[in-house]
Amino acid sequence: MSRGLLEIRDAVRSGALTVADSIADAIRQIRKVDPELHAASQVFETEALERASEIDRSIAAGKDPGPLAGVAFTVKENICTRIGLTTAGSRILESYRAPYDATVVDRLERAGAVCVAKTNMDEFGMGSSTENSAFGPTRNPWKTTHVPGGSSGGAAALAAATRGMIHLGSDTGGSIRQPASYCGVTGIKPSYGRVSRYGLLAFASSLDQIGSLQGSARECAAALSVLAGRDPMDSTSLDREVPDYLAETKLGARGLRIGVPREYFPEGIDPAVRQRVLEAIDVLRKLGATVKDVSLPHTRYANPTYVLISGAEASSNLARYDGVHYGYRAEKHGSIVDLYARSRVEGFGPEVKRRVMVGTFVLSAGYHEAFYNGACRVRKLIRRDFETVFQEVDAVVCPTSPVTAFPIGDKIDDPLKLYAVDVLTVPANLASVPGASFPCGATSEGLPVGIQIYGRPFEDGTVLRLGAAFQDATEHHLAAPPVRAWEPAAGRKG
Amino acid sequence: MPPERRDPTQGTPFEAVIGLEVHVQLKTRTKMFCGCENRFGAEPNTLTCPVCLGQPGSLPAINRAAIEHAVRVGLACGCDIARSTKFDRKNYYYPDLPKNYQISQYDQPLCDGGGLDVAVGSERKRIGLTRIHLEEDAGKNIHAEGLPESWVDLNRAGVPLLEIVSRPDMRTPTEAGAYLRMLRLVMLYLDVSDCNMEEGSLRCDVNVSIRPRGSGVLETRTEIKNLNSFTNIENAIEHEIERQIALRAAGKEVVQETLHFDPVRGETRTLRGKEEAHDYRYFPEPDLAPLHIDEKWLESLRGTLPELPIARYERFQSLGIQPYHADVLVRDKDLADFFEEGVKICSKPQEIANWVVNAVKEETNARGVSAARIGISPARLVSLVEAIEGGKVSKQKARDVFRSMLGNEDAVDAVIASLGLGQVSDDAFLRAAVAEVIAENPAAADDVRKGKKNSVNFLMGQVMRKTKGQANPGMVTKLIQEQLGG
Repeated sequence: MSRGLLEIRDAVRSGALTVADSIADAIRQIRKVDPELHAASQVFETEALERASEIDRSIAAGKDPGPLAGVAFTVKENICTRIGLTTAGSRILESYRAPYDATVVDRLERAGAVCVAKTNMDEFGMGSSTENSAFGPTRNPWKTTHVPGGSSGGAAALAAATRGMIHLGSDTGGSIRQPASYCGVTGIKPSYGRVSRYGLLAFASSLDQIGSLQGSARECAAALSVLAGRDPMDSTSLDREVPDYLAETKLGARGLRIGVPREYFPEGIDPAVRQRVLEAIDVLRKLGATVKDVSLPHTRYANPTYVLISGAEASSNLARYDGVHYGYRAEKHGSIVDLYARSRVEGFGPEVKRRVMVGTFVLSAGYHEAFYNGACRVRKLIRRDFETVFQEVDAVVCPTSPVTAFPIGDKIDDPLKLYAVDVLTVPANLASVPGASFPCGATSEGLPVGIQIYGRPFEDGTVLRLGAAFQDATEHHLAAPPVRAWEPAAGRKG
Repeated sequence: MPPERRDPTQGTPFEAVIGLEVHVQLKTRTKMFCGCENRFGAEPNTLTCPVCLGQPGSLPAINRAAIEHAVRVGLACGCDIARSTKFDRKNYYYPDLPKNYQISQYDQPLCDGGGLDVAVGSERKRIGLTRIHLEEDAGKNIHAEGLPESWVDLNRAGVPLLEIVSRPDMRTPTEAGAYLRMLRLVMLYLDVSDCNMEEGSLRCDVNVSIRPRGSGVLETRTEIKNLNSFTNIENAIEHEIERQIALRAAGKEVVQETLHFDPVRGETRTLRGKEEAHDYRYFPEPDLAPLHIDEKWLESLRGTLPELPIARYERFQSLGIQPYHADVLVRDKDLADFFEEGVKICSKPQEIANWVVNAVKEETNARGVSAARIGISPARLVSLVEAIEGGKVSKQKARDVFRSMLGNEDAVDAVIASLGLGQVSDDAFLRAAVAEVIAENPAAADDVRKGKKNSVNFLMGQVMRKTKGQANPGMVTKLIQEQLGG
């Protein structure tokens, strides 16, 4: 079968496809590719098929099953689900069962979608390669010796190797967009406040946002229409109208003004990445978009700012994992302080410890003003850059990552090298703007390249509209990786 | 007024500088940041949800009622209310704090400045406030005797908590006690907290230092924690002032430290020193948007403020109520409300006050119920007062009538009649009785004629005996004097 998400939705609505068949096929796809990819950390076959039959029965009874009926979705390990475990890729939560569903899970289920699996990730979202998972790295379906990117690496690998599903990810500094780029799929980090964070295990609360990794801009639009909206459980979600994102993707690129920021083609950028992105910008120009050079001058401070703010928030957010109330507890311990220390030393991986240490330092008396407050002030400057540029253009276009997927083990021992791959994605989180990555070709090695599109806050629709226009004119998003559970349609290159 | 205590600095060259940090649990239906019920005394860990358990992925959402309560307290204390404020995280590890940070307020408290007028003896003193801010309460660690484990009850975790920080304006244990009692009373008047120290809805930490009398300098202070009654607080302060004076007298320095007061031994001991002070690494709570207080809302809340105790005390005195009675009434809001109901329909406020402060209060104390529930309405109490004034029952017997009026709706006249306590004011009947007594006691009658006052009382006693105590004493005195010209 291997239909796209919109085809599945329509087939279920018309009665041509049962939810049970759709979900069974999704599980089949995952099971087929996962031995090579190690992307799905848990598969919920029994529960998913049960739920699918329930929806089929309710369709048979004449009830409206919802706008995403029959669509399978996977959930990143840091998003709470009542079924299965919610590990955040960490030993400290290796047997943690969440007592509730995240709002996004609830929204998808109420729309008729069915949760089929959870996906591997860098521990607590800290990483850009999924190598920091306590449960082993995920592999890139384009080249299994390479990383899929991260931290939503499991979601990205599955999005590339399977068809027709929604893969929920989270993005604190690029964790949806960068793996989407490395795996040749579409991934959107919505505007901050667009999608509820309730049930997302916080890494850095002011930067975290849930989004999805899927086969195309339109598939993402269909999902976002369901995911977006005010949630009373998340005070930072805003009460703004949720437009029909799918309808917006049909408007084309004509008339939109896009800015190409000179700072986003940094020294050391892979020439192939630069080339593919410039070609993609050319496509957008030919589609009727106006292209102009712009400047976001504070971009070079984005990465250190990100390291300080995300570290500070993480040091506080991760304090609750202490071995007392839930999660991993060290077997041998003396005093309560010893219990905390041992549980955390044994439960957290090295990258998490590194960031918690940085964050604790940043907030400490004597350093707070220089580091934390300083970073908050720079963050405002970065925001202002975007506000200024968005007075001239409707979107900003640039590479998603300066490099493509790298070999497993290549950068893991050098945190600074690994942080550098986030340099083009962290500004979106600091500025709270929406950003998405769309496949725009590959290197000579066959590794996917992604083009990133930023929009104004709450103009997620414009980002997806440009992406859809690009995908209507190109076939990069249809390219098939060597490891896959689907066959490309005849007449299309694979 | 609270009892005046000894001033431990008396006769020394020192004066004490005392500041109080008071925590008050707010009486809201639900907790500060989640929908769990805010209630004392439930089975451990039954009033919890993912948010107050600090479960991964859960997020706080502000309870508007808690903000409302806090703003009303701020308005009542004359504070500046922040139009724009925020919450911050206070980071520290403790098993009763499931997130290992407390959502509190750091550099932008909801209420700034203000103060409370406090009566100390016959003096009035204003105790300034530094700030009032809102935060969430922690849970409770339970250490069972003889067991190696400790237990945590998180029912209290997330209960809205107001922290009220006074300026170091108090100089004696008496002043500190008076301030705390007034603060509690204001909370009760605003109906924002139960202020029950035993249940922990009112908690107090004390800062104490001493300095040469008249010096304006703030010297090294100590903080005393875990004070669970007004008396303990006053005792602890008294003891701490004495300890510091003794140190200084011995040529030693006061060391900055946190102390624990042992009420049994009447001593403080060190809990932790200055070097063990926490670095709480405060930073703005990113899960909550900044809070804006709308001007209109603020004004509407101002309109809900009740008359505060000190104003009520003054108004009662202006009604002609004696200071002692006014004070007793104001200290018990229910009692004062009961009194107010009565005064509305009676022109004898002091008489009503006497009854409320004595008979009604005794009844509420004895039965542990509020004045509204003792079984006599203010209107019926007024009818009793009027019956006394009208001579229908003697003051001496009125207490029996009061007792018989509790728990029923019988009219005062009927009660007097059923008790056979009706006071006889019939002129002809009393005239006859007086005449008879004069005839029976010629010697005493003569003494009265000669101006002997005692003999009037003797004759009165005889009339009372004859009438079985029911004669109106005022009329009898008048008749004796009329008939004997005494």
